[in-house]
This record gives sequence, C-alpha cells and structure tokens, in this order.
Amino acid sequence: MSVRGIRAAVSVTAAAAVLAGAAACSNPDADDDSGGSGGDGATAVIGVANEPDTLSPLLGYGKDGNSKLFDGLLARTADMELRPALARALPEITDDGTTYTYKLRDGVTFSDGEPFTAADVVFTYETILDPGTNNPSKGDLEAVDSVEAEGDDTVVFRLKYPYAAFAERTVLPIAPEHAAGKGDVNTGAFNTEPIGTGPYVLDNWRKGEKLTFSANPGYWGGKPKVKKLTMAIIADDDIRATRLRSGDLDGAILPPNLAKTFAEDDDKQTVAATTFDHRAVTLPTDNPVTGDLAIRRALDVAVDRDTMVDKLLEGRGKAAYGPVPTDSEWFAKGTERPYDTAKAEKILDDAGWRADDGGIREKDGRRASFTLYYPSGDKLRQEHALAFAGDAKKVGIEAKVESGTWEVIEPRMGEDAVLAGGGSPADPDFDLYPMLNSELAGQGFNNMASYDNPDVDTALVEGRESGDKAERKRAYDKVQQELTENPGYIFLTHIDHIYVVADTWRGLTTQVEPHEHGFGSGPWWNVESWQPAK
Amino acid sequence: MTGLPLAPMARMAGRRLLYAVPVLLAVTFGVFAIAAASPFDPVKAYAGTAGFSASQEALDQLRDSLGADDPFVTRWWDWLTGVVTGDLGESTSMRQPVADVIGERIGWTVLLCAVAFAVAIVAGTLLGVLAARRRGGLLDRAVTSAAYALEAAPPFWLGLLAVWLFALQLDALPAGGLTDTGTDVVSFGQVAEHVLLPASVLAVSQMPWFVLYVRQGVGDALDEDPVRGARSRGLAERTVLLGHALRSGLLPVLTLIGTRVPELITGALLIETVFSWPGIAAATVEAATSVDFPLLAALTVLATAAVLLGNLLSDLLYGLADPRVGFDG
Repeated sequence: MSVRGIRAAVSVTAAAAVLAGAAACSNPDADDDSGGSGGDGATAVIGVANEPDTLSPLLGYGKDGNSKLFDGLLARTADMELRPALARALPEITDDGTTYTYKLRDGVTFSDGEPFTAADVVFTYETILDPGTNNPSKGDLEAVDSVEAEGDDTVVFRLKYPYAAFAERTVLPIAPEHAAGKGDVNTGAFNTEPIGTGPYVLDNWRKGEKLTFSANPGYWGGKPKVKKLTMAIIADDDIRATRLRSGDLDGAILPPNLAKTFAEDDDKQTVAATTFDHRAVTLPTDNPVTGDLAIRRALDVAVDRDTMVDKLLEGRGKAAYGPVPTDSEWFAKGTERPYDTAKAEKILDDAGWRADDGGIREKDGRRASFTLYYPSGDKLRQEHALAFAGDAKKVGIEAKVESGTWEVIEPRMGEDAVLAGGGSPADPDFDLYPMLNSELAGQGFNNMASYDNPDVDTALVEGRESGDKAERKRAYDKVQQELTENPGYIFLTHIDHIYVVADTWRGLTTQVEPHEHGFGSGPWWNVESWQPAK
Repeated sequence: MTGLPLAPMARMAGRRLLYAVPVLLAVTFGVFAIAAASPFDPVKAYAGTAGFSASQEALDQLRDSLGADDPFVTRWWDWLTGVVTGDLGESTSMRQPVADVIGERIGWTVLLCAVAFAVAIVAGTLLGVLAARRRGGLLDRAVTSAAYALEAAPPFWLGLLAVWLFALQLDALPAGGLTDTGTDVVSFGQVAEHVLLPASVLAVSQMPWFVLYVRQGVGDALDEDPVRGARSRGLAERTVLLGHALRSGLLPVLTLIGTRVPELITGALLIETVFSWPGIAAATVEAATSVDFPLLAALTVLATAAVLLGNLLSDLLYGLADPRVGFDG
C-alpha cells in the first residue's frame, strides 16, 4: 500500500466521522427567525446564570411562581399580594384554619388543547407528596393532609394543622394529568417537554445553552406582547456582560460592579430588586465559644453592617438584623442594632472574656476563637466572611476564615460557623421556622446553628398557626426581639439583585426576591405583561 | 490499492472485540467503585439548591428513592443486568433516560472531535514536514518551541484565552453555544461558525504531538539511505520529501492516532464546558459531580470504546502501512 493509500484511508475515516456527526444533528423543525434584539419588543433574549434541573412542577420547577409555562391556583402581584390565577378567587378558609377551598377558573385549557380541571390540581399535589416522587421541595407541602376534587371546578385542601402561610404555597404550578401522568414522573418526557396553561410554551431546550419559548396564543390571561423569549444560560458574569453589551442579549442579571459599567448607556436601564436574600454567620450552639451568650451578643454589635453594604455591595443592599429585612411589614421596629465596639467590649469584659495583652480574649483558659467556613468559589460570601473576621478581631474574638465545598462544610456545621445565605419573601414562616426551630436542629441545612430557644419555638408555632395577622405580627416581633437577646446567627446584609435591560420595554417592575432567583425573578418575572416602548 | 488483507484484519478486529468485554466490565466496575468512594452525595447533588431548604423527611425519601444507600456492587450489578436487556437506565442528574441524553448529544461531540482531530492531523503533519526539511532552521525552531509550549498548555486555558481574544476583544467569533442566542435554527452556517473556535482550540491542543512526531520521523528518514539514494538520483526535493521521507516518517504517527484518542476525549471534556457545547463531554462533568451512576457508566463505556477503537484503527493502519507488522496483535 502506498503513502497515498494511507492518507486516503485516514481522510476517508475522518470524513466519514464528520458526516456521521452532521447527519445525527440535523434539526429540521426549527423555524427561521433572525432573533436577537430586533428592537420592536416582540422578542426578548435574557441572560441568566443558572438553568433549571427540570421543567416539571412535579419535581419542583417553578414552585414559587412565575414559571412562564404553568400557572398556580394563585399568583403574586408586584407588591407580593396574592391574586387568583387558575383559581377564580382567593381560597375560602375555615375558621380553624385547616380547610382551604378553591373555586377554579372556567374555560382554561392546556397548551395542547385539553381542558384544565380539578383533577389536574389533585394529580399535581398528590404526585408531589407521593414518596416515590423525587421532589426535594415536597417539605413545603408538609401541612397537607388530603387534596380532594369536588366536581370539576372545586378543590379542597385539608391540613394536618392550622397553617396561616398555606395559601402562599399554592402558587405552585399545576401540571396536566393527561400528559404528566404518562411515563415515569422522575425521568419521563414531561421533564423536558412540558405542557402547561401558562403564557408561554417551550419551543426548545438545549441543556447548558438556552431555553426558547413562544407566546401561548390561547393564554387565558391574554396573548403576551413578547412573542418569543429566550433564556440563555451563561454562568460567567463577564461573558454575560459582554454579550449584553454586544447586543446578543436584551437583558441580564449582573453583579453590581459590572452593572455599573452600563450606567452611561442610553439604551439600557438598570433595575434593582429588593430581596429577602440575606448573608449571615451561623453560631453553632454546641461550640463552647460561639454558643456563649456574651460572645454572641458582642459579635452582634461588633460587626459594621453599614460598611459591608457600602464596600461589599457598592451600596446595593441593606444592613440585616434578622431574616426579615428592615423595609418589610413583618420587621420588628426597634430591633436594629447599631455598630458599637465599646458596647461589645463591655459585654465581653463583664462576662469574664479578657485579654491582658490586647490580643485574643480568653475565659477559663479557653481562647475566644472559632473557625468560619464559606463555600469555596463564592466571592461575595468570602468577602463577607473576611469583613466579619476583621470586625471580630477588633473586639478580641478570632474567626479563622476557611473555604471548603459543601461536602467539606456540611459535617462540620454543628461545630464550626458558616457564612450562610438564604431567604424567601412570601411569608415570615418560610425563613424563620426552619432556621430557628430547635426540633429542626442539624436536619439537612435547616437550623444550621442548632439554635435552641423555647420562647422562640413557642412564638414560631403561634405565628404559623394563627389566622389573625395582628397576632402573627406579635409572634414574629417576639422572635426578632429574642434574636437581639440571644443571636444564634449574626445577620450581616440583605443583598439587592441587579438587572440591566435594553430600553425596548417600559414600566419594568420587580417583585421582592428570594435567595434563589432563577427565571421567576428579575424584571422578567412578568415578561408576559411587558409592553414595547414604542 | 487492490488486495486489502480483509480476512486478517477482520480476525484482528474480532479478537479485539472479545478482549474489550472484560476491559469494559472492569472499567464500569471501577467507575461505580470510585463514584461510591467520592465525597459527593448523590442526594445533595440531586436536590441542588432546593436541598438547602429541603426537609429532612424529603431528603430521606430521596435517598431511598435514588437507592443512594445501596452498596455499589449491587448498583453495578443492577445496572449491568439492565444494560444486557437493552435498558441503559435513567439519568438522575438530567431527569431523562440515559439513552435520550446520549442520543441528543453524541452527534455534536463527534462533530467537534472529528473536525478537531482532522485539523490536528493535517496541520500537524504539514508543519512537521516543513520543520523537518531544514532542522535547526528558523521555521523549525519557531514551530518546535511553539509545539512544546502548547503541549504544556491545558486545553481549558487555551479555550478561555481564545474566548477572550476572538470573542471578547475582536468580536470575530461567537463565544459559545451551538447557534446564535436569538435563533433556534441549527443551520449549516450557524454550526460552522460556532464550531470553528472550539474545534480550533481542541486541534491546537492536540497538534504539538503530531508536529513533533512527524518532524522527528521525517527528519530521521531524511538521513536514511533510501532517501539519500533518492536525492542522489536527482529526484525533485518535493518527491524526496513527500514520497520517501514522509512515507517512512509517518509510521509512528499512525500509532499516535490511536494513543491520542484518550487525550482528545479529556480535551473535549474541558472544551465543551468552556464553550457551552451541548455534547456528551459536558454531560460527563455533570454526571460525575452528581454521582449519576447510570449516565456516568454509559459515558465511560463510550469513552473506553472510543479508546479501544482508536487503538484498533491505528494497529490496522500500521499493519497496512508496514506489512512486516501484520495483524497478529
């Protein structure tokens, strides 16, 4: 065989492989659309950092609403008030707070033309609560005892205990029984080819790259003006900013420092969302240093929250004194703690934590020193951790800052402090109960500090079970008061989320946002209602 | 080129196939063992960010449902018996059957790797011959030192550098994805434009090996008697170089083709991640960190099969190019 033969063989092999590859990838069904920022407002291309694991509500997609593809029984307004969606009115609640009755909207159909009925609601909730369904958020519905349909247009939820925040849970998207009931709930086709009643239908999902949606022409709430919506998954902040600048994207979520670079652009608007997204240091009860009341109270007034907001967040946020932000109606007025190192030192001196040489304090031969973990790669938490450690050092307490993956951190959470983040705005119960209830100590990521305060436990149950808002407010005020007396967590900041969007649309709003902010957050929370500027 | 020794070639392929069975068994068993020993918790990985607010009861149910507490030997055996009956199992990280995950993605990976490999071989051979023609010359020194430098550069770093230069600074090529963000159309033009950067980076990361092997092979061949004989007969330099020196200098390159396949796969792993290329390599990273046993095992089998095929291919080519070697291996 000649050299030419060898070369021919090599090139034939390579060419065959190329052809096989090309043949396997043809995608003939996509229609032609030049896309990008057309400027007329009929298409929107949005850059987000994360993509959902699944598009099935049965496995947790869109559980907090604004899912684009689906609707819940209820939805939230820009002011976070509940409004009817697939239900035609807010639920009727019995006096004991354990029965919720929803009347359903007539004439709603799924995007495949099948009618929406009470059976779909029952199917959705029962499937989520089924032990074989791999939905990690099913604990949200823990209070549900039974879900029953009465006729085609009424659904009755019976609860195990009175749960005042239950209506907030029913923004959960409803899946069609006829489509989602086929195949395996955990891995079936519905996870990637969803059918819903929502304002958009899914055109295509290329995992790791983007999801494309088009307006649902038969949407019961009216056809959206934005006819084509693309969610591009771009994990890197700098690349997302560059693609926004080049016009490839119409909008994106950006960290404050990158959002600032668009401030001078005439054709871009910056939208900041207030949030419940807090950063806090857990103080494990079982650690003799962080479990000490004097140490806790001293740290609580020794951290300079305002400087953190200015320096770490470029002013885009607020000082945090608990999970409830200071501008929430649930915030207990008067529980703000001013930065006061003199007070911190006095608390420590009085309690017997002393440092003769002006270094790290000691008491009974124990140094006031503990380890503070932050999840590696999270720059914002790293900066918070270092700022916290710097402030603690000034009053003679040592926080040794270390980084680790969650696999490293999790087994140490009972002993070492962690720079934690979280927050969900819909109801104070959602944050306070799992974070502070002593029964949930050390369970998963609930109550990471193993906080244990009987007064708080009682108040948490009162707030959860009472149907009277004033009574609930009193209970949650009590919890926040207790947090100033015995801080099990040092809350540092609430972080604003910053979005930059092309000037193509007017009147953009945001909701109050949770810690996890995916498609459902940002100015595109209600993209179906966006109005072109011209 | 008549008379390909088809029968011995088929026998060799058959022998290799038999040999592949125990290799694949051992490799998948190893994958299950390593995944089980890794610090990643499949339940936490499955729950993702929802896991931070999940109740203990929900996490326990997940653990049970995912079979995360079963010993890995049991899981391996379940997986193996499933595969024998044609069921590749279901991917927990993608919430899809494994066959669907692979079906959707493998074409794009084959395309990327094939383009990159073809470019690496052709360009590598060309540069190698040019460098060997005048060893120690300016071109040779430039090519050789560039090759050594690139050999040491990790592909993901080259990828990030390319994104920075061509996409961010020059805005000449798209930074990632299969098509432009605003369009769904998978047209030839779109894909060609988007494959250019990742394939070039992958090719450049593979090229040094071919350059250096060809340069060495051709350079040595230039000193051999047959080549000197050809020169002395007054044959054209071009004929000497391509017809004589390259022919014998190419032999080691054939071996290289097979041995570069594993490197190509790991390179693709990193390149696909950097460029958001929707191939199976990007899925491998996800499967590994999620301890997604069925997907991980299937992808490992694919990678192993690619390596074995690469070796077979290079042995077959070698046998064809140099009949003294034969097909007995």
